[in-house]
Amino acid sequence: MNNPSASLPSVAAARPAARRLSDRFADWLPKIVLAPTVVITLVAVYGYMIWTALLSLTNSRILPVWKFTGTGQYAKLFENERWGVAVENLIIFGVLFILVCLVIGVLLAILLDQKIRAEGALRTIYLYPMAISFIVTGTAWKWLLNPGLGLEKTLHDWGFESFSFDWLVNPDMVVYCLVIAAVWQSSGFVMAMFLAGLRGIDPDMVKAAQLDGASMPKIYRRIVLPSLKPVFFSAFVILSHIAIKSFDLVMALTGGGPGYASDLPATFMYQHAFTRGQMGLGAASAIVMLGGVLAILVPYLYSELRGKKHG
Amino acid sequence: MVKSQQTFGQQLLRYGLYAILGVAALVYLMPLWVMLLTSLKDIEEIRSGTLFSLPGSLNFDAWSKAWSGACTGSTCEGIAPFFGNSFKIVIPAVAISTLIGALNGYVLSMWRFRGSELLFGAMLVGCFIPFQVILLPMARMLATFGLANTTTGLVAVHITYGIAFTTLFFRNFYVGLPKELIAAARLDGAGFFFIFRRIVLPLSTPIIVVCVIWQFTQIWNDFLFGVVFSGGDTQPVTVALNNLVNTSFGGKEYNVDMAAALMAALPTLVVYVLAGKYFVRGLTAGAVKG
Repeated sequence: MNNPSASLPSVAAARPAARRLSDRFADWLPKIVLAPTVVITLVAVYGYMIWTALLSLTNSRILPVWKFTGTGQYAKLFENERWGVAVENLIIFGVLFILVCLVIGVLLAILLDQKIRAEGALRTIYLYPMAISFIVTGTAWKWLLNPGLGLEKTLHDWGFESFSFDWLVNPDMVVYCLVIAAVWQSSGFVMAMFLAGLRGIDPDMVKAAQLDGASMPKIYRRIVLPSLKPVFFSAFVILSHIAIKSFDLVMALTGGGPGYASDLPATFMYQHAFTRGQMGLGAASAIVMLGGVLAILVPYLYSELRGKKHG
Repeated sequence: MVKSQQTFGQQLLRYGLYAILGVAALVYLMPLWVMLLTSLKDIEEIRSGTLFSLPGSLNFDAWSKAWSGACTGSTCEGIAPFFGNSFKIVIPAVAISTLIGALNGYVLSMWRFRGSELLFGAMLVGCFIPFQVILLPMARMLATFGLANTTTGLVAVHITYGIAFTTLFFRNFYVGLPKELIAAARLDGAGFFFIFRRIVLPLSTPIIVVCVIWQFTQIWNDFLFGVVFSGGDTQPVTVALNNLVNTSFGGKEYNVDMAAALMAALPTLVVYVLAGKYFVRGLTAGAVKG
């Protein structure tokens, strides 16, 4: 800093230099503020990804062993029957979960958008499961779907003697239990997204179509739903992301069972990497999961960033 | 006025609409209602009645056992200590990740520089990666720094993978603020932090609420990081609940399970009921605007 007792001319001469320095600092300040996050992201996202990728090329079991053995773990992974079941489950679970959530979400949003009197209360009820942990959801549905004491017994006691509902302990059906619980939890969220989208549509456009004599179903099919395309896109990305990451729900609802009939890739990875001492195989499965997510994510981010530039 | 113009058919349609919405509401409420009923029954009532039969008397034994006596793996102290653990994890993690997110968002919207959009895109990847891909190295890293199985370690993990989301929230909010506001202040010679504190932050209340609620729900409900990175006495409530429900000796106590599950759900439910508007805004702001 300048010496305050310095003579006037020298202060005047020093000021521009100091100013330039502080300007420089001011220019750098935003970058300095952002730097910790950039470093954390580089290390804990990209660095760790590479770390895991490298680990998947080793024979590590309980501890990492940095001796590269090629892609043996991937070969082992794709031959692994349990992995096959997990991937198949993810496909069934993912497709059904996304479809049913989208259908229920769109329907509820359209119905709620008809100037409903208790709209606020209904919206709150549809969406509250989203605030709850998947562990709680899993615990609740594990009880509801309990073959001995849950909905099955309730319907028997109500007189539907032949009603049978043993999906939770049936290896062929258990994956649908995951779908039921996950849809209950997430469909309200899809509803909220579409409702927000519907509110963003220009009412004059709908009015004009009505004046032209178009029926309401036709207006929805031709005008409203097509203009919600971005919402469909976002909902799809988010739901598929929830599906691929699904871990808590399986752990709480089925524990992956019976046997490993309801395993998903996320539970497969956890079991092998952390409880079965198959670190290399676990790492390989994580990398395959990452590949799956990137296949969905990259086009999404690309279109987002391109949209931003034009916007 | 509009009502009188409605035909009979339109009115019927209206009733049908309300009926469908009402039934849907009952379906969404059913699991919560059954959980509550079950938690208030004793085992005998559970075995003899249906899911929907009312308990004979209000019986909070299951609640007190779930809170302070049920076995969660190695200990039998109920979920109370783990409830406390969750708060010890959530409060610092939410506060720090929100603050960092606000600063990052401010830079990425109002102090853009060459390559800042690229950095933002690179950061966004952190929102979407399946966390399985970082679990193993993170566990090694925490062990290296002596943070394995500690609350501090878990807080650090939540901050690390939370800032991508908080940054996204604030950045998208700030992009929508009028540019003139900041341009005028900069012309007047106001600096980076001055503009942030005096102009931007006072306008940020809605997005701060959204971000805090979002982070609170995410971190409170987390199970994956909790089960991988925490030890016996630092586990969050979700891990304790899962242990309680899925490791049982002797007879299953469904009423205790349900009471514990309701307790674990209560904090986020309360936040949701009190500030539902902001919760929805968070979900949609993070999602739709992306």
